[in-house]
Formats: sequence, structure tokens, C-alpha cells
Amino acid sequence: MNGFDNSLLILLLVLPFAAALALILWPGEGDQLRSMKWFSSGVALATTALVVWILLRFDYTDGAQYQFISETDWLEQLGIGFDLGVDGIAVAMLALTAIAFPAAILIGWNVDARSKDYLILLNLLVGGVYGTFVSLDLFFLFFFYEIAVLPMYLLISFWGSSTSFPRFTRSKEYSAMKLVLFLVGGSVLIWVSIIAMFVEADLNTFSLIDLQRVGFDESFQKWVFPLLMVGFGLLGGLWPLHTWSPDGHVSAPTSVSMLHAGVLMKLGAFGIIRVGIQTMPEGAEAWAPLLLGMGAVNVIYGSIAAMSQTDLKYVIGYSSVSHMGYVFLGLATLHTLGVTGAVLQMFSHGIMTALMFTLAGAIYQTSHTRDIGILSGLAKVMPVGAFFFAIAGFASLGLPGFSGFVAELLVFLGLFQTYPWVGALAVIGAGITAVYMLRLLAKVYFGETARRWESLPDLKLNEKLVAGTLALILLVVGFAPFFLIDVIREGVRHIPVVTG
Amino acid sequence: MNVNFSLLAPEYVLVGVAFAVLTIDFMLPRRHRFHLSWLAAGGLVLSAVVVMVQRWDTVETLYGGLFIADKFGLFFFVFFTTLTAVLVLISNDYVRQHIRQPGEFYALMVFAAVGMIGMVAAGELLTAYVALELLSFSLYVLVAFRRDDAHGNEAGVKYIVLGAFSSAILLYGISMVWGAAGTTYYDGISEHLASNAGSLDSTLILGLALIIAGLGFKVAAAPFHMWAPDTYQGAPTPITAFLAVASKAAAFALILRLFAQALMPALEEWQVLIAVLAVATMVIGNLVAIVQSNIKRMLAYSSVGQVGFLLVGVAALGHIEGGAVIPVTLASDAVILHLVGYAFANLAAFTVVIAVSNHIGTDELSAYSGLAKRSPYLSLVMAVALFSLAGLPFFVGFLTKFYLFTAAAEAGLLWLAGIAMVASVVSLYYYLMVVKRMFIDDVAESDNTPLTIGIPRLSWVLLGGLLIGTVLLGVYPQPLADAVSAASGAILPGA
Repeated sequence: MNGFDNSLLILLLVLPFAAALALILWPGEGDQLRSMKWFSSGVALATTALVVWILLRFDYTDGAQYQFISETDWLEQLGIGFDLGVDGIAVAMLALTAIAFPAAILIGWNVDARSKDYLILLNLLVGGVYGTFVSLDLFFLFFFYEIAVLPMYLLISFWGSSTSFPRFTRSKEYSAMKLVLFLVGGSVLIWVSIIAMFVEADLNTFSLIDLQRVGFDESFQKWVFPLLMVGFGLLGGLWPLHTWSPDGHVSAPTSVSMLHAGVLMKLGAFGIIRVGIQTMPEGAEAWAPLLLGMGAVNVIYGSIAAMSQTDLKYVIGYSSVSHMGYVFLGLATLHTLGVTGAVLQMFSHGIMTALMFTLAGAIYQTSHTRDIGILSGLAKVMPVGAFFFAIAGFASLGLPGFSGFVAELLVFLGLFQTYPWVGALAVIGAGITAVYMLRLLAKVYFGETARRWESLPDLKLNEKLVAGTLALILLVVGFAPFFLIDVIREGVRHIPVVTG
Repeated sequence: MNVNFSLLAPEYVLVGVAFAVLTIDFMLPRRHRFHLSWLAAGGLVLSAVVVMVQRWDTVETLYGGLFIADKFGLFFFVFFTTLTAVLVLISNDYVRQHIRQPGEFYALMVFAAVGMIGMVAAGELLTAYVALELLSFSLYVLVAFRRDDAHGNEAGVKYIVLGAFSSAILLYGISMVWGAAGTTYYDGISEHLASNAGSLDSTLILGLALIIAGLGFKVAAAPFHMWAPDTYQGAPTPITAFLAVASKAAAFALILRLFAQALMPALEEWQVLIAVLAVATMVIGNLVAIVQSNIKRMLAYSSVGQVGFLLVGVAALGHIEGGAVIPVTLASDAVILHLVGYAFANLAAFTVVIAVSNHIGTDELSAYSGLAKRSPYLSLVMAVALFSLAGLPFFVGFLTKFYLFTAAAEAGLLWLAGIAMVASVVSLYYYLMVVKRMFIDDVAESDNTPLTIGIPRLSWVLLGGLLIGTVLLGVYPQPLADAVSAASGAILPGA
């Protein structure tokens, strides 16, 4: 690898943060909005180009666990280094972010109120996400993790929308505060674990590579792993700490929901792998049954809850909870197939949810309602939207030919190797998903078109572009998942405790 | 006894500046007197330069150990003079509008700085006490400077009564320590504690407890914090900032030297006590801050909360391993770093408070509604300051809290670090509520002051400096951390 390759990850991080800074300093307000939007889209596409370059230069066959490593000393006293590097799992997540980020910026094009601030916060958020995926130092991993979470507060409480239920209203400020306090509260557990590892290893370092080699005491692993599992799992929507997630997703503006459900929740699952399983393999082994149990509840409870929702976005929100359950199940198998499936599911769910939120957002923006009881027969007026929603729905319920199928199949195979009973339960969950997805599709898009919806416009150009790309990726990954599976397996096979 | 009096040249400069300000005050026409801030600030900076030139590598004691010149003292000398200089400049605009005797105002601030420097340099309890009183007396006057204001009077009375009370407690504690140990010198106390480990006189323990209580009053640690909110609210805002930042930092510098150089061998006796104080302070400060409706009161309680975090660092100054006390240098590093980071963020916040209250005429939180529309710059600085206080990344507060809690874990106090993190989440709640007011809410309808808030150029520059400092130290802390390590290495020789 040459020098340029080693600075690729730094460049990838600098881009969004520099863009945010440039936007803050950008003179002029209203008249500059279009150029700011073009600028942000350019930056987003540039990061995507960088990620594509990383994917092309990644060594898929053999080699070190982490590639594109760059190490810079940052704070000697605490042994903190600005260390970056990626393995196969991180690369898959970079690919997901690289797709979701430009998509979100393009959809965010629709935002007109204070769009400068909006773009600044989106860039900060994505910078944090990239940072978490590529950090090889626990301090910076935590640093970027917090950055990814915090812009959500302003994004939801200013640009979001409140939801009225028959008996109460879920205000956007409430959802935003709940989300932030849950996630920051969860990060306390992560923080405690990080510091405990630092002291226990006694190497005066926060470097993940060094800490993963330490081989912590089994008793130490057994009390730290659950903290990491719950702390990170919280962001992944782990039951019973998932309640912030549907509220947050629903209240958020469309492009934020896309990034949040699409990418941000994956940080949680990613953290469980990177910090949890990789540094605490024996702890992971000991606690896998609990993760398995909670993941199974996620799948079943999430899908049942989704079935009983009347708000379009709440259905998608709870379906996210349910789909993240497969990720936890896959991780809990600690089996190559299961873990690979889990990571693929993270990717696939990210794309699928982004697509669904795009379409739900398109409906809400024109019809000003998300009530499934009122919406009906939209396929007649929004044929393109209906087409793409059908694709997302099929991917969601795991129809062969779509990415969701491959991911869930791998998770099931992993489960049948390790915990066949839970595997059976998870398949039932997939069945429930089919029920509510098809019902939703039938109710909202097909059937009689109410008169009030007859003049609804179809998707706008930017929405068509985004939806088309996302749907295409779902299909490509569904038909030819080998490329992604190879990358992910390259990362998974380095995890010490994973068998098979 | 051969005494090198020239060693005190920087202190002479400071006292000289204070008298110069007082004298020139008489000669200037009344409307120009607020310009004296430039003289005071210039003198403070000059003394910082002098001390760096003169004492860079000096390790010396004066008057047989009453006064210690070392890296620790040097660091805090520069820190305090810079801090006071910034505070003097921040008050420039406030003084022009509200204060009728600018000369006395600024001179007292410089005297307070001399007191703070003495507190750090003292190697003996009574010297430390006298220096502390120099600081306190300056502040008693400054807090009550607005004689015609009811809140100001209340603040002054509360502060002086409780301040005198706490001084008495401190002094009583010192006398007990003297009675038991036969000395008030830090090194003598340390020797006494080390040779009597395990069988300490109960008088001595009571003395230590009283000293801790007395200092607890000074830094506003719970349950000795009751004076803080009223005093902070009623004092002139620049003086509130002085109380919150400078005097607190000085008290902590004193605490660090006292605990590291004198009380370390008795770690077992005070560690739990400090840890309990830390928990109480963090919990009370951060919980009560939530319900405040006045920004100065909110910042007062938030600073009580911050004292709790700093006490976590003090409790972590050492740990016991196989019967021996092992000092934890990370902890004293962390306390100093946190003080510096806290100073940047808090000064920025108070500068915004001054700008807003000069314009809108109130310190109520409702004045901050829609601030982003009225002045994007002020609201940006305020948000950054509050985020830094909450310990969010990119800002110095994140690093210093991380450092502090790591040090606590290093000293075997992971549980305490955990409580501190939870308290930190609580603090995020009320900081976010202010951010929400500024960025999300609309300007209150009852507010009919002009929409756009003008900022005097000096404040604009200071705010910019504080903003950049808060961010820069958060992303590139190595130079500061090295300076801090050198300072704390002088009081805690490496483990």
C-alpha cells in the first residue's frame, strides 16, 4: 500500500467535518442556499468516491486484519492515538454510509427552513458515523460515536414533526430529548467499560489493536461485556431499551430518519462486534444466550408492534426494531454464517429502511398525513412510489432475490447450527413481517383511491433518483451478494471466538 | 537567613499595577476611567511574562518554606494572571454601564489575583490562609459592588457571612492540625502523618475534616454550597464569572498542593470523605440546575456540579496498594486540565450572559429564546460553551472529563467515575434546554428590545478567542497537557 492509501481514511473523515466548517463560515443566508446544497451534495459524492476507491483497493484475499492503517500520536499522557483502519466489517459499513449519505443530502434538498443549519448538522452526523467505523482507538471511537448521536437532538426538535394519537400527542421535542438522553445514557455504560479496559490492561493505551491482543481475565470479560452489549445495543434498538427508536425515527425529518435508521443504528451493532466481541470473546460467549433472547424478543415483539401501528412511519420504525433483532440473533450465534449474516443484514436493512423512509416522506410531504386508515390506493397517483415501496417491502419480508433474503438466510443458517429452536422462532418473525408489510402495501397503495388523494403528485426527481438507486442496490445485493459476503467474511474470520 | 527577595519580582509587579490603577483613577476624568481595564490587563500580562522569564526552571523556597516557587506555582501564576486579564477585559463593557468606581473595581481584581497566586505558592497552612483571605476580602467588596441593588446587597451579605464563617472553620481546623502535628508546614505534616500512619490522633483527623469543610465552603461543594446561587445571581456578572472560574481554580490549586504534599500519607482517612462530597456535589448541583429559570443561577448550580467532577479528581490523587499510598499523577493532571477547560467554557458563557443582559436587561432564561435569530454569533459561542461544559466531543470538556474519569478509574474509583458520568448526562439535559431555547424557540413576544443584538468589538474578539480555545484544546491538547504534566509533576513526583 502506498502513502496515499494510508491517508485515505483521514481524508474521508476530514471531508464532512471540513464541509460543516465551510458551511458555518459561508457568508450570506437565503440567496446562497442553492449553492450550499450543491456544495454538500458534492462533498457527499466525494466521500462516496473515496469509499469506492477504498473498496477497490481493499485486499480481499488474505492479509492483516486491519487495512489502510494510519497512526498518529494524539495525547501521550493517556496513550491516545488518532489511529484509523478498517477490516471487512467496517468496509461494508462504509459502503452503507457512502450510499446513505448522498441519498440523505439529496432528499434533504426538500428542506427549505434554515437549510444551512440542516446541512451543517447532517455533515457533522455523517462525520461522526464515518469516524466510529474507522477508529482503531477507543477514545476516538467514543468521540465520534458521541458526535454521531448529538446532532440528532437539533435535527429532530427543529425540523421534525409531532405525531397526534387519539389520546395524546408525541411531540418532536419530547422524542428528540428522549432519544438523546437514552443514547447518551447508554454511552455511560460504554464509557465505563472503555476506562475499565484501560486500567485492567495497564498498558497506558486506548489502542484497539493492542487491547484486542491483551486477552483479558475471564471474570473481567464477564462483567464488562454486558455493559458494552447493553450500551451499544441501545443504539441498535435492543429490546427492552428500544423505545426511543420508533419515536425518534417517526419525529425526525425524512433524511434524518434515513440516516438514523439506515446508518446510525448500525453503529450500535458495530460497536458490539468491534469493542464487545473482539476484545471480550469469552465475555461474549458467556452472554451470547442473553443477547440471543433479547434479539428474539426484538424480532417477534418488533413485528407484532409494527402490525398494530396506524402511522406509516411507526410501522417502519417498529419494523426496524424487528429487523435489528436479526442482527443481534446473528451476532449471538458467534458462528461465521450467523455473524456474516448479521453484518449483511445491517447493510441490507440500512438501504431498505432508507428507501422506505424516502417513500413515506414523499407521501407525508404531499398528503400531510401518515395515517394508514386514511391513506389508500395511492398506487394510482404515485405509481413510481408504489413500485419502489413494493421492492422495499419485499426486501423487508425476505423475498428471494432481494438483499434481505440473503442476510436473513445466513442468520437462520447460523442459528440452525447453534440454536435451532431460536432459528424456528425467528422464521416465524419473518412470517409476521410478511403479514404487516403486505397489509401495509395493500392498504396504502392499492385498493380504492379516495377522492382527496386523486391529485397527489408522484415522486419528485430527487426522490426518484434516490429511490431508484437504493432499490437497485437491494436487487444487486439480492442477486449477487458474493462480493459483499466476501468482504464481510474477511472481517469476521479474524474474530477469535467465532466458529464454523 | 539569606532570602532572595528578587524572586518575588512578578508579585511586586502585580501589586504595583494594582496601586497604579488606584492612583491613576483619581487623575482621569470620570467618563474615561473604565479604560483602566487596559492598564490592569496589561499589568497582569506583563507579570505573567516576567514570571516565565524569571522562574522557568526555578525550584526554590523562600522564608524557610513559606513560599514555594516551582513549576506548579509557575503554571498557576500564568493561568491566574491570564484569567484575570481576560476577566478584566470582559468587564470593560459592564463597568462602563453599571459601575461608578472603575479604578477600585479593577484594582481589587488584581489584588484578588495576588491572593490566588499566594494560595498556590504557599507551603504552609497559615500562609495559604492569609493568601486565601486576600482573595476573599477582595471578593467580598467586589460582590457587593452595586450598593444600590437589592440583589447585590443580599449577595454581598450572604457571601461575607458565610465566607467569614468558613474561614473560621478553616482556621479552627488548622489550629487542631498544629496542635496534633506540631507544625503547619506541608512537609512537616506529611512526615508526621507518615510516621504515625494507622494510629492518627483524633484531634488531627477532626482538624483535617474541618479544613476540608472550610475549603468545601470556599469551592461551594455540597452541602456547603448554599451561598453560591444567591451570591452568583446578585453579584455583578463579571464578578460572578470571577467567582465561578478564578476563585474556584485557586481554591483547587491550593487543595491539590495541600493534599499532594501534606495529606497524601493519610489518604485512607480522607479519600472516602472527598468521594462522598464529590457524589453529593455532583448530584445536588446538576439536579437543582434543571429547575432554574435564571441563567446566572443555572450556571451557579452547574458550577457546583463541576466542582463535584473536580472533587472526583481530588479523591483519585492516590490509591493504596499493599498498605502503601501510591500517588496517581493522572489525577492531578486531570484536575488542572479540567480547571483550564472549564475556565475557557465558563468565561465564554459568562461573556455571552453579559452581552445579552446589557442588551435585553435581564438574566432570565426566557431572554435566551430565539437568540440564534438575534445574534447567531452569541448563540454559537453559548452553545459551544455549554456543550463543552456538558463534556461533548470536539470541545475541551470532553477530553478533560475523559481524563478525569480515567484517572479516577486508575485510582480504583471506577464506581465514582460511573456516578460522575451519570451526573454528566443529567447536566446535558439542562444545557440542551438552553440550546433548545436559543435555536428552536422563538423570541418571547413580551420582549420588545431591538431584534438584533450588537456586540462591542472587544467582546467579539474575546468571544472568538474563547471559542477557538475551547475547540482547539479539544482537538489538539498535547501542548497544554505537557505543561500540565510538568506542573503536577512538581507536587506529585511520578508514581
